Amino acid sequence: MSIYRLLARIVLAACLALGPMLATAQVQDDTARDLLKQLVEANQAEKLGLLKEISETGDERARGWLEAFRGGKLAVVEDTGNVVIVLNNRGRDWEIADALSGDNLGEMSRRDLETVRVNNAMRAQVDGILSVIDLTVTDPQGRLDAARNLLGDVDATLAEQLEARLAEEENADVRAMLANAIAIHRLEQGDAEAIDVLSGSLNPTARAALNTAANGDDPALAAAASKALASIEQKLKINHAAETLYFGLSLGSVLVLAAIGLAITFGVMGVINMAHGELIMLGAYTTWGMQQMLPGQPGLALVLSIPAGFLVAALAGIAIERSVIQFLKGRPLETLLATFGISLILQQLVRTVISPLNRTVVTPEWMSGSIMINEALSLTLNRLYVIGFALVVFAGLMLIMRRTRLGLEVRAVTQNRAMARSMGIKATRVDILTFGLGSGVAGLAGVALSQITNVGPNLGQNYIIDSFMVVVFGGVGNLWGTLVAGLSLGTINQILEPWAGAVLAKIMVLVLIILFIQKRPKGLFPQKGRAAEN
Amino acid sequence: MSVLDQLTNRDQVFDFLAPEASPVDVRHGPILYMEDVSVSFDGFKAINNLNLTIDDGELRCIIGPNGAGKTTMMDIITGKTRPDTGSVWFGSRHNLLNMNEPDIASLGIGRKFQKPTVFEALTVFENLELAMAADKRILPTLTAIMKPEYRDQIDEVLEMIGLQSLRDRPAGILSHGQKQWLEIGMLLMQKPRLLLVDEPVAGMTEQEMERTAELLTSLAGKQSVVVVEHDMGFVRSIAREVTVLHQGSVLAEGSMDQVSNDPEVIKVYLGEEA
Amino acid sequence: MTSSNMWLLRPLQERSTQIFLGLLTAAVVVVTILHLATPEGSALHVSAYTVTLLGKYLCYALLAVAVDLVWGYLGILSLGHGAFFALGGYAMGMYLMRQIGDRGVYGDPILPDFMVFLNWQELPWYWHGFDMAWFAFAMVLLVPGALAFVFGFLAFRSRVTGVYLSIITQALTFALMLAFFRNEMGFGGNNGLTDFKDILGFDLRSDGTRLGLFIATGIALAVGYVVCRGIVTSKLGRVSVACRDAEARTRFLGYRVERVQLFVFVVSAMLAGVAGALYVPQVGIINPSEFSPLFSIEIVVWVALGGRATLYGAVIGAVLVNYAKTVFTGVMPDAWLFALGALFVLVTVFLPKGIAGLLQKRRKATDDDGANAQEVAA
Repeated sequence: MSIYRLLARIVLAACLALGPMLATAQVQDDTARDLLKQLVEANQAEKLGLLKEISETGDERARGWLEAFRGGKLAVVEDTGNVVIVLNNRGRDWEIADALSGDNLGEMSRRDLETVRVNNAMRAQVDGILSVIDLTVTDPQGRLDAARNLLGDVDATLAEQLEARLAEEENADVRAMLANAIAIHRLEQGDAEAIDVLSGSLNPTARAALNTAANGDDPALAAAASKALASIEQKLKINHAAETLYFGLSLGSVLVLAAIGLAITFGVMGVINMAHGELIMLGAYTTWGMQQMLPGQPGLALVLSIPAGFLVAALAGIAIERSVIQFLKGRPLETLLATFGISLILQQLVRTVISPLNRTVVTPEWMSGSIMINEALSLTLNRLYVIGFALVVFAGLMLIMRRTRLGLEVRAVTQNRAMARSMGIKATRVDILTFGLGSGVAGLAGVALSQITNVGPNLGQNYIIDSFMVVVFGGVGNLWGTLVAGLSLGTINQILEPWAGAVLAKIMVLVLIILFIQKRPKGLFPQKGRAAEN
Repeated sequence: MSVLDQLTNRDQVFDFLAPEASPVDVRHGPILYMEDVSVSFDGFKAINNLNLTIDDGELRCIIGPNGAGKTTMMDIITGKTRPDTGSVWFGSRHNLLNMNEPDIASLGIGRKFQKPTVFEALTVFENLELAMAADKRILPTLTAIMKPEYRDQIDEVLEMIGLQSLRDRPAGILSHGQKQWLEIGMLLMQKPRLLLVDEPVAGMTEQEMERTAELLTSLAGKQSVVVVEHDMGFVRSIAREVTVLHQGSVLAEGSMDQVSNDPEVIKVYLGEEA
Repeated sequence: MTSSNMWLLRPLQERSTQIFLGLLTAAVVVVTILHLATPEGSALHVSAYTVTLLGKYLCYALLAVAVDLVWGYLGILSLGHGAFFALGGYAMGMYLMRQIGDRGVYGDPILPDFMVFLNWQELPWYWHGFDMAWFAFAMVLLVPGALAFVFGFLAFRSRVTGVYLSIITQALTFALMLAFFRNEMGFGGNNGLTDFKDILGFDLRSDGTRLGLFIATGIALAVGYVVCRGIVTSKLGRVSVACRDAEARTRFLGYRVERVQLFVFVVSAMLAGVAGALYVPQVGIINPSEFSPLFSIEIVVWVALGGRATLYGAVIGAVLVNYAKTVFTGVMPDAWLFALGALFVLVTVFLPKGIAGLLQKRRKATDDDGANAQEVAA
């Protein structure tokens, strides 16, 4: 080992120890140029050493150099021997920049450049080295990612460095990840104690390492590894169940949103509105329209869509009630047919006026991404928002039906119309408001759906049968029933899905409901008593 | 009953081994026997430990304030509502709690609803035709032919209920009172052993009421009749034995004079009115 | 004449049935003559294409009669009759598939093309027997009948009626649609069954076979009509109406309402199956779209337009709507769904008794006029 390298090693150790501060150091340009030139010209075996050496300089530009090397974009100008980074390698003339100063040197014919060759094994090595560099960035998330990248790629020297890093690291997550990375290395060396560290880890690399150990020659080690693996499997199962539950709740809350408006119009008023799905569609298209009107502000548009979607769907619903449904009172089957006709018209209207194709609704930044609970479980944010939204809408409806004058009047009118009228309740007004409310909620469902599914003319159609099933399953006239039914149907569907496939799961759920209704025609939470018979 | 039971039960397999028609066993007196019957809807006790016995051929009036459980009691007898506890026997052989509505009807219990229910789209004649005692299974019904003797039977009942002139008009055009009569006529066509009549004279004129009273009293003896009625004048005109229901159980039983002097009954009725 | 078949003969003595059968026969005969006896290119000539189109309408008419039987007379609004139609069609399609033999693209003597394509090694068990016409034709009746029996048995026993029943019949056909879309089901998945060659040895593409199928459909419609009419004019028909209007009352008269409903529902499903079976060889394909809830609900609107509880109204409605559909989709395809949607609304709001209701009103008016005239004359 040359003195130079020894020096570099010390620098690196210092830099790891001192953390981000020292990463800003620069080595002499000459030294750097020399190293880079060697790297370009060296054979495969020598390259590895050189790469390490470059990284160990602690130079803040090293990351750029290594990345360029990894992408095959590090080159030497044949005439001058200058090391450059290729910025754009399309066409005959390539745009290049000086590797050391970063100055853009303009274009140069690619024949005058000698690029460095890199293979996959080399790339993996570079990744590892890059990760070590990243272990010193200020952002803890960045350090965590870097540590995760190192899992399984740790060798003896690196392990030492990581130990040092571990001593300095303050963030608990990063510490755990570093400990894991070191433990995997030690496990590979046959250290049984490392298993203790790894036994709680859900990381796939850690599991792979344990797996290798479990199948290894050392019986004691293998036994311990198997045990650790079993406990991990157990943990994974729980996480998997939690994930299924999350997906189920998310699907269920979509069902609840789609069905809850129907629970009002069908369940409470007894009106079959087959155009309910299209009211959902209108809500989704309102979101799309809002985003078209406010380009560049998808978040604001989405928030504004909540009242707008409610209004659009509510007005459409009231229009349907006034123009058709009121004339078909007491004739549920005819109402079903007429509103089905309306649903056809609305669908075709959207196809003709807007487009038969799906529209894209942008998801605002604060709704995209996911929350990582642990290595095996992360929750997507948009679905989390939808679950929350569904619960808020449900609570709001509950409040309206239970605590407001309107709710009281609705319940009065639905239980005994003539009596309610004789007590001075304007039944027609109640009809309009109730139907508007139910339809408006459908609009809200549409706004939510626009965030998790395609917005197209068939959007509503896909939900109408499911929505009816939810209402009937839960027990007509019972909002709690709708909530429970929606969430449980969503969950059942998700539980069946991996086992039976998506289509078959849906069929099975439908058949299940059909059978259930036959067992309990009035749903999960039936209304009892003499009044319910009529 | 399990399939095996059905197979081993020989009189179910071979029709000729089945008991004779009208198998109701009344040798021990009562034709209807309700013991300790209770039913509740969502915690509300509609029927509470009800005990009631109707003798064969008896005419019994049941009165009671609204919500006393009169209609629910009829629902239980006809199989529409299942009680939570208690037993209901028709004669001493048939446990009504094990049977459904058509079986109970075929056994010989006819019911007139509180709100007159006739088939409005069918003619008066057809209404009676459907009610007629006959084999009511699917294929026999499909291939049924209107024989002259059936026609005579129907015409006889038509005369009894005074609807001859409306024979071929849809039942939907009948007045409220006429519908009541038609429904009673349908009951008669069924030839039941026990008639349950819920408010038969609601919406009738004095004259019609008198005829109804006459008809019901003439039926008693051959058949047992249970009448639920609000109209005290009507009850007084036909009643021999009166049962007063209150809050789902029997409050008093006896002749009209007896019950109308019963202090408990007076309290309940006056309390209602006050 | 024995009493047991009296119910089938009774409609033949009825004036309305005689008129219907007369008109149907006349229509079939006229079309046949115009097709055979006039030269191609003549203004009067009815092309083979038109014959098949008319045959398709007659299939729909039979289907509509089946729906009217349950909806009009029993009060059960089935939104899943398309499923029975499609099952009958698939049974026929399986027979026609097996008839192809080794003339398919892959030339496999046993396996239909799509199975070879999916790399299946042998015929699934439920495809056996469909090479025999009698078996396949029996299945046309039995499969829809069995589904209707099982479904109806469960539903009617639990007294599921009205809107609930409508919704679960819709769910039923929706579930079947999803199922038949799956390749694993063994019914050709998305594409369904097609590329048929011949039926009972007759080439399906020949004009003669097409005419024959048209006539057969006419006969099936006539028989189906008489069967339905026989049921509705029997005492059982009156019991059905009784179940429709006052279910509880019927029960207290001693009728097993659920059995009446089940019987009529199964008969209706079988008729729908026959309609589907005759439909498939004429249009040359059966695929899962026949299970779509939209199709099933469309049938209901044919019946509503024609007038429920009349049977002949169902025929009028089916032919009219489908003729309109043919015209519309040819001239302006986008407008069809608007027209259909509007039809749903207009019929239910303004024409609750359908065209038949209008006809009856007019006839009644002229009858009354006649009666008045007679009175005046007297």
